[in-house]
Amino acid sequence: MAVELTVAEVRHVARLARLELSAEESVHVAGQLSAILDHVEAVRALDLEGIPATSHPLELVNVLRADEVRPCLTREEVLGGAPAVEDGRFAVPRILGETP
Amino acid sequence: MSGAGGPRPGAEGLSDAASIASRVRSGELRAADVAEQVLGDVESRDAELHCFNLVTGEAMRAAAAEVDRLVATGADPGPLAGVPVALKDNLCTKGVPTTCSSRMLEGWSPPYDATVVRRLVAAGALVVGKTNLDEFAMGSSTENSAFGPTRNPWDTGRVPGGSSGGSAAAVAAGFAALALGSDTGGSIRQPAALCGVVGIKPTYGLVSRYGLVAFASSLDQVGPFATTVADAALLLETIAGHDEMDSTSLGGPVPRLTEALRSGVDGLRVGVVRDFLADASADCVAAVRNGADVLSRAGASVEDVALPELLHGLSAYYLIAPAEASSNLARYDGVRYGLRVDGEDVEQMNARTRAAGFGPEVRRRIMLGTYVLSAGYYDAYYAQAQRVRTLVARAFARAYEHVDVLLAPTAPSVAFPLGAKTEDPLEMYLADLFTIPSNLAGHPAMSVPFALDGQGLPVGVQVLAPALGEVAMLRAGVALESGATPGARGPVRPGAVV
Amino acid sequence: MSGSPVAAAGDDRLAGWETVVGLEVHCELATATKLFCGCPNRFGAAPNTQVCPVCLGLPGSLPVLNRRAVELAVRVGRALHCTIRPSTFHRKNYFYPDMPKDFQISQYDEPIDVDGYLELPSGRRIGIERAHIEEDTGKTAHLGGGGRIHGADRSLVDYNRAGVPLVEIVSRPDMRGADEARAYVAELRAILVASGVSDGRMEEGSLRVDANVSVRPIGAERFGTRCEVKNLNSLRSLGRAVEHEAARQVALIETGERVVQQTRHWDEVEGRTSAMRSKEEANDYRYFPEPDLVPLAPDEAFVEAAAAGLPLMPADRRARLAALVPHEADGLLPASTADQVATTVDLGLDDLVVAAMACGADARLALARTANEAAQTPEAARRLDPQAFARLVELEASGSLSATQAKAVLAELLAGGGEPEEIARRLGYEALGSGALVDALDAVVAAHPAEWARYLAGEDKVAQLLTGQVMKATKGRANGKAVAAALAARRG
Ligand SMILES: [Mg+2]
Ligand SMILES: [Zn+2]
Repeated sequence: MAVELTVAEVRHVARLARLELSAEESVHVAGQLSAILDHVEAVRALDLEGIPATSHPLELVNVLRADEVRPCLTREEVLGGAPAVEDGRFAVPRILGETP
Repeated sequence: MSGAGGPRPGAEGLSDAASIASRVRSGELRAADVAEQVLGDVESRDAELHCFNLVTGEAMRAAAAEVDRLVATGADPGPLAGVPVALKDNLCTKGVPTTCSSRMLEGWSPPYDATVVRRLVAAGALVVGKTNLDEFAMGSSTENSAFGPTRNPWDTGRVPGGSSGGSAAAVAAGFAALALGSDTGGSIRQPAALCGVVGIKPTYGLVSRYGLVAFASSLDQVGPFATTVADAALLLETIAGHDEMDSTSLGGPVPRLTEALRSGVDGLRVGVVRDFLADASADCVAAVRNGADVLSRAGASVEDVALPELLHGLSAYYLIAPAEASSNLARYDGVRYGLRVDGEDVEQMNARTRAAGFGPEVRRRIMLGTYVLSAGYYDAYYAQAQRVRTLVARAFARAYEHVDVLLAPTAPSVAFPLGAKTEDPLEMYLADLFTIPSNLAGHPAMSVPFALDGQGLPVGVQVLAPALGEVAMLRAGVALESGATPGARGPVRPGAVV
Repeated sequence: MSGSPVAAAGDDRLAGWETVVGLEVHCELATATKLFCGCPNRFGAAPNTQVCPVCLGLPGSLPVLNRRAVELAVRVGRALHCTIRPSTFHRKNYFYPDMPKDFQISQYDEPIDVDGYLELPSGRRIGIERAHIEEDTGKTAHLGGGGRIHGADRSLVDYNRAGVPLVEIVSRPDMRGADEARAYVAELRAILVASGVSDGRMEEGSLRVDANVSVRPIGAERFGTRCEVKNLNSLRSLGRAVEHEAARQVALIETGERVVQQTRHWDEVEGRTSAMRSKEEANDYRYFPEPDLVPLAPDEAFVEAAAAGLPLMPADRRARLAALVPHEADGLLPASTADQVATTVDLGLDDLVVAAMACGADARLALARTANEAAQTPEAARRLDPQAFARLVELEASGSLSATQAKAVLAELLAGGGEPEEIARRLGYEALGSGALVDALDAVVAAHPAEWARYLAGEDKVAQLLTGQVMKATKGRANGKAVAAALAARRG
C-alpha cells in the first residue's frame, strides 16, 4: 500500500508550514515525502490497540515555579536582532486576515 | 595520556581533560598557554576540517587569563580549569553568534547563555568556539550545514557523522579536549563512533536543555564528547543536575559518575542486542562481539537478548521528531530575529523567509511533521508513533529485568564518504537505526571507540542502560575502553604536546 | 455580509425566534508574573520592556509553569462549581506575528476545570463546559489604515502581553438573548473579582469575550448554525453584537438564505458584525502534547490550599440574603425584592443588610433602603455603621420617622456618619417624637370637639381631617402614619 501524496496536499501542507514552494518543488517534495511515509507504513499498520501513547519519556508531574518577578531583557537585547523595528516595536508587513 | 589504549603510537595531541585541569590547577601549566596552543592549532588546521563555525579566540584568552589569575591568588579555578571545550553551534552563547548552521540564524547572537554553557564557564573551562552541525541538528553527516560540511579527521574524504559532527571532529582532531553536542536520535553517539571518540547521550532530563535550540523537544539531550570515558564522565558530572529553567529537568542528586569508573564490571550483567547485528557491517558486528568478550573476561556475564520492537523505533522517530520540529521551528518567521525575506504581506514574508532560510532537509522534515500532525492524520501517524514509543520502552524494561546494560553497534558502518548518502534521505536516516531507541525511551547510551576496520577507520561500540543507569553504563564503558584496539581513538593527528 | 438585510429590532423582539448564546471568556489572571517566565504581568508598560527569552520565544528557551496561575485556575474552577482534574498542555500551532513561538501553549483535551455552572441573579443556571489555562498573545497595532487591520500597510508588534496567563472559560450554549449574555458576563466578572482571580477590567482587556450566537424558531429542539463573534470588549458591545448578529441571522433565514458557520468581527463604530477573512486551513491547529511541560496533577491538598479563603460567591450571597427576607405564600420572593437582593449583592452591600438585621432591623425595610437609597453611593454605604443603620430602619419601621424623613436621615448618615436619632433631631424631626405628637394631638382635639366626638362615634373618615390638623400644627413635620396610629390609640 504505497502512500502517494498529491501535489495539492503538498501545497496545502506548505501553506500550513509557511514554506514558499514552486510548482516544480512541490512535485519533487511530494515524491520524497511519499517515500518516507511509505517507509513508516509498517509502523502505521501495527496493531497497537490498547497500548497507551508515550508523549514524554519522564514521569514527572507538577513542575511549578514561584510567582516571582525576574529581570527582563533590555529593549536593546529584545529588538537588537530584529529585521525591522519601528517605535520600539517589531515591524511586519500588512496582515491579511484576522487572528485565528 | 591516561588510561589504557591511549592514542595511536606517534600521535601527539592535546592531553586529556583531567590531566590538563590538574596541571592548570596546580600551576604547572598556564591556561593561557593551553589557549594559545589550541588557537594556533585550529588556525593552521581547521580550514580543511571545518569543525568550527566560529572560533572565539579573544573570549578564550580572557577566560584563560581569569583562570590563571585565580590560580595565582590561590582561589579555586574550577574542576575544568583551563580545559579547552568546543560547543555545538545550537547551544546559546550570550553575545556570541549561534547559527545552528542555518542561514536562518546567521548573524544572530542570543542575549543569554545556555545553562550548560554557564556551568562549563563556571567550572573554569575555556570555550574554543562554536562547532558545525547539520542544520538545526537534522542529519547524520554534518553535510546539511549551510556553511559547508565538516570533514572526518581520520580521513578527510569522509563524513564525521552528525549532527554533532563538528564537535566530534574537534575532539578527534585535538582542537578541544572536550566538546558538547546534542543527541536527538544519535547525534552525539554516531559521530563519536565515526570519529573515534567517546560520546554520551545522558538520561533524558539529567542535563538541562535550557539554551539548547530545540529540534525535537521530547528527544533532545545535551551530552559530552571526550577522548576518554573518564573525561566524558567528568564533563557530564559538570553539566548535569537540576535546572529550574527546564521543566523536564530531573531533581535529585547527580549520580557520582567519576566514582563509577573505578568499580570494574565484575558481576555486571550484559546483554547483546541480537536484532541489531543483522543490519550492521561485519566490522561493527565484530566490534560488538569482541567488546562482549572483553567485558566477559573482566568479570561480566554476557547473554544475547532479542528486542525486535526496537527496530520499529526508526519509523516512529521519523514521525515524532519531524512533528515536534515542525512546531519548534515555526518561530523562524522573519519577525523577531534572524533572516527576513520581504513579501507583500506578512504571510508571504513568512513563507519566503522560511523557504530561503531553511535548507532542503529542514524543509523536508518541517513538511513531513506538519503533514503527520494535520487534521485527519494525527492518529494514524503521530499517535501511533507514540504508541510505538511505549512498545520500545516496554521492550527495554523487559531486557533490564535480566541485564544491567545492553551492548550494540553504535552505527551500521564506519564513516562513509562525503556525498555518499546526500541524495537519498532514507539511506541517511538508517545511520541512526541503533541509536534512536534510547532517545525514544529517554535512556542513557554511549559510544566507546573500540576497534579499527581494515582501512584504519574507527569503530564504536554502544552501551545502553536504563534511565539513570549512567553508573553501570560507564563501568562497562571503561572496561571496553581498556580492552580497545590500540589507536582506535582520537586524537588522530599530531599536534603540539601540552 | 454587506447588503444582507438586518432587522432593526433587538433579539428579544425577533418575533417567533429564540437567540441562543454560548460565551468564551478569556480572563487574564492576577498573577505577579507571566505564565511561563518571571516577566511582570503588568498592563501599560512601554512596548517590549516586559519580555525575556522565554516569552519572546527565543531559540533554546523553555517554559516553566507559574504556580500562582495554577492556583488561580483552581479558584476559578471552585467558584464555578467545576470538577478540578489532572490536566495537560498542548501546542496550538498557527502563524501569527503576535505569537512569539508561532504556537500557543494551551490546554486542549484535558483542561483543569470541567463541568460547572454559574447561577444568574434570575436564578437560571448556565452550564460551564470547561475552563482551561493558556498564554496570551502580544499586541499588534496596524498602521496606515486608520488603525484598522484592513487597509493597513504595516503592523507593529509589542510582546509585553505575550505569555500573560489566561483562563478561557467556555460556557454551554445555555443563554437565551443578549440580556442574559450580558448578565452572565457581569456575574462571571463579579465571581472572578471576588475570587481574587482577576481585576475584571474589561477596558484594559482583562476580560475578553467571544460569543457563539445562533437562532432557532421558538420551541425548536435543534440548534441553528452558529457564528462566533469576536472583539466584544464591554458589556455594551456584547449586548449590541448579540442582538445584531441574531437579527442578521433571522433576516437571512427569513429571506430564504442560510447561515454559514463562520467567525465574525464586531465593529463597535459601525455597530455590525462582518465575516473575517477565513482561510481554508484556519482550523488546522495541529494540536499535540507540549513536550516542554509535564502534566499537572493537583492533589487534594494543593486544591484545598489554592481554594482556601474563597469568599462566598454572589449567588450564595444572594441566597443568604433572600433567606432573611419574608417570602410570599408560594415560597417565592416578590420580583421587586429579588431585584433588590441582586442589586445589594452586586454592590457588595449585603453584609450591611445582614448586619443590620442582626441588630434587629426589619428585613424588608433594611433591604429596600439599601437597594434603593444606599445603593446610590455604594462606597459610602460600605462604610456605614450597621448598628446606626439598623436604628434608622427601626425609627422608620416604628413610625417615628416617615419614609421621606428616614431617607433624609440616611442621606446624612451616608454623607457624614453619626447617630440617626441626633440627625433626626437636628433636622427637626424630633417633633414627631411621641411627646410632641401627643401635645399637638391634645391641642387639635381641644380645638375640634365636634369632629372628635364624631370620630369617637366610629366615623372613620373624620380621621383624615384630624390628621390634617395635626400636620398643620406641626408644620408638616409629623409622620402621617404615626398620627393615624396616635389617633387610633386615643380612641382606644
Ligand atoms: Mg483560547
Ligand atoms: Zn518573559
